[in-house]
Amino acid sequence: MSTVTEISPGWLTALREAGKAGFTGLPTQRQEAWKYTGLNKLRALTFEPTPAVGEASAKLADLGAVAAAHRLVFVNGRYAAEHSDIGKLPAGVVLGSLADMLDRQPALLEARLGKALDVTHKPMAALNTAWTLDGLVLIVPRGVALGGNIEVVFASVGEAPVAHPRLLVELGDMAEAVLVERHLGGAAGGFTNQAAEIVLGSGANFRHYVQHAESKAAFAVETVTAVLARDAVYKAFALNAGGGLVRREVEVQLTQPGGFAQVDGAYLVDGDRHTDTTVLIDHRADHCSSRQTQKGVIDDDGRAVYQGKILVRPDAQKTDGYQLSQTLLLSPQAEIDVKPELEIHADDVKCSHGATVGRLDADALFFLRARGIPEAEARALLIQGFIGGALDEIDRDDVREAFGLAAANWLTGRSAPKGEIS
Amino acid sequence: MLKIENLRVSVDGREILKGLSLEIPAGEVHAIMGPNGSGKSTLSYILSGREGYEITGGSVTYDGKDLLAMAPEERAAAGIFLAFQYPVEIPGVPNATFLRTAVNAVRRGRGEKDLDAIQFMRAVKDKSKKLGITDEMMKRAVNVGFSGGEKKRNEILQMAMLEPKLAILDETDSGLDIDALRVVAEGVNMLRDPARSMLVITHYQRLLQYIVPDRVHVLAHGLIRRSGGPELAHELEQTGYAEFAEGQAA
Repeated sequence: MSTVTEISPGWLTALREAGKAGFTGLPTQRQEAWKYTGLNKLRALTFEPTPAVGEASAKLADLGAVAAAHRLVFVNGRYAAEHSDIGKLPAGVVLGSLADMLDRQPALLEARLGKALDVTHKPMAALNTAWTLDGLVLIVPRGVALGGNIEVVFASVGEAPVAHPRLLVELGDMAEAVLVERHLGGAAGGFTNQAAEIVLGSGANFRHYVQHAESKAAFAVETVTAVLARDAVYKAFALNAGGGLVRREVEVQLTQPGGFAQVDGAYLVDGDRHTDTTVLIDHRADHCSSRQTQKGVIDDDGRAVYQGKILVRPDAQKTDGYQLSQTLLLSPQAEIDVKPELEIHADDVKCSHGATVGRLDADALFFLRARGIPEAEARALLIQGFIGGALDEIDRDDVREAFGLAAANWLTGRSAPKGEIS
Repeated sequence: MLKIENLRVSVDGREILKGLSLEIPAGEVHAIMGPNGSGKSTLSYILSGREGYEITGGSVTYDGKDLLAMAPEERAAAGIFLAFQYPVEIPGVPNATFLRTAVNAVRRGRGEKDLDAIQFMRAVKDKSKKLGITDEMMKRAVNVGFSGGEKKRNEILQMAMLEPKLAILDETDSGLDIDALRVVAEGVNMLRDPARSMLVITHYQRLLQYIVPDRVHVLAHGLIRRSGGPELAHELEQTGYAEFAEGQAA
């Protein structure tokens, strides 16, 4: 820490101090937002980032799940230029490593870093702010549509590394970008505490796809806040098929009329893995819409948590909010905790939510077997069909196919998620 | 081909089939008619291996083997096919994917090689066309959003692709108007073959005008009460099932 602060400009030091002040210890299950997810296994950890690994020692596999116009790889939270490949960028677009930019263009960050994240109420984002060393910065100026995918890979290698990577995304009015974020590695454990702040201008369109494919020894917490201006579109999908404990908290603030937020996901949980998806859609302005679809499959002693809240503030008339949670339980010990919440302070709104929990349809299973398909294969086909229904929400063909493949690999491989790094 | 002897089956302690015997030689089409609740659907599920039934007596021999000892998928590989009264919807699984998985599973069970995507497309093209099943229906999830007639035609397409030795058609006529019924019946008749037996289960004689059976059996209260030629179906159309009501002599 000391080496960081010594070379830091005053504004950054102040930001880190605010982070430190906001982190009063790990959240406990007495806090409503953390009711179903305990972080006891993290208490033994120090939160100081792991020192950088030598460039040659990071052996990475399974990069490039999608065709990417730009690829940025972070190893244990630090930018790894040798694994990265940033293509030609349109004029005015900034894409690169946060640490590099703190060196070269600190003024660019001073105006933006930490502006959209609430470190007083989000302890893990505060912890990230106190300790972050590096991460991804994407700034797209007004009217620029960035073609192709930006793939960002966060890889954990070596003995239980600790990292606090940061994501800073700003899209100007009518700008567009697609980010595919992947989390790999962690064979020997590790803790990645990510925070992301996303600011979208009027009519901007940002698609944000996240894949967790770490080993089951890895812990991952991410805190995402997206702030949308008029008619902005934020579409997120998270495929969670890895990690021992993965908590993903997403808050979307619809601050001006016409905004659209879609926060979807699919989770595939086995062994004693635990996944938590906590979403808040904050409707602050009128004529905004939001969609949430979460589908998951839980086997063995796995546990999933989904807390989805739609908050409609007094001025948010004509809000259209929708939320659906569907879960398949494959074993008697599998557990899902679903907490849908609607908090509505406006009188002319349309909001709905639904949740189903079930087992594989015995009639469908018999039908498939009666057509000659062996039981194990029939079960896999039904699960794949169920998850396929969630993946259909992804409107990029290449991403949908890549995530579909990852889901299929989970089904056939189970305990060995692809993306594990030796 | 199929020999059922003294078959006794219970569900939740209630006896549904009470010592049923029936023999279907290779290449023959037999119809089973009977009032609702007589045990017709139970028989079709027992033959295809559905769980939830207690077999308390008797035997079923298929191709010289003990059918009741086989798993549903083994029966399918051995050539048994059940056309479901209520075809099941499978969200998220495209019809073509399902059908190719089924065809290759059955081929493996029969010691044959898998069909690749192109071979499969070629094989399915002609058959689906005859049944009026469009490419769009092959891309949609299995039976999801299909009309009643589309679902039944989809069943017959599966039957055509899996080439069974014994096809059991459970109330294939239920819910169909006369035009839809004709298409389905034509599809079934195309599959009539000296090496293929069929068991057509129906409540109504109407279907048997289109799929003319070699033999007709009346199933009531868990037993075959009468057997005869195709004319028996006509007779039942006139008289109904009144003479087979509980307590009447068989």
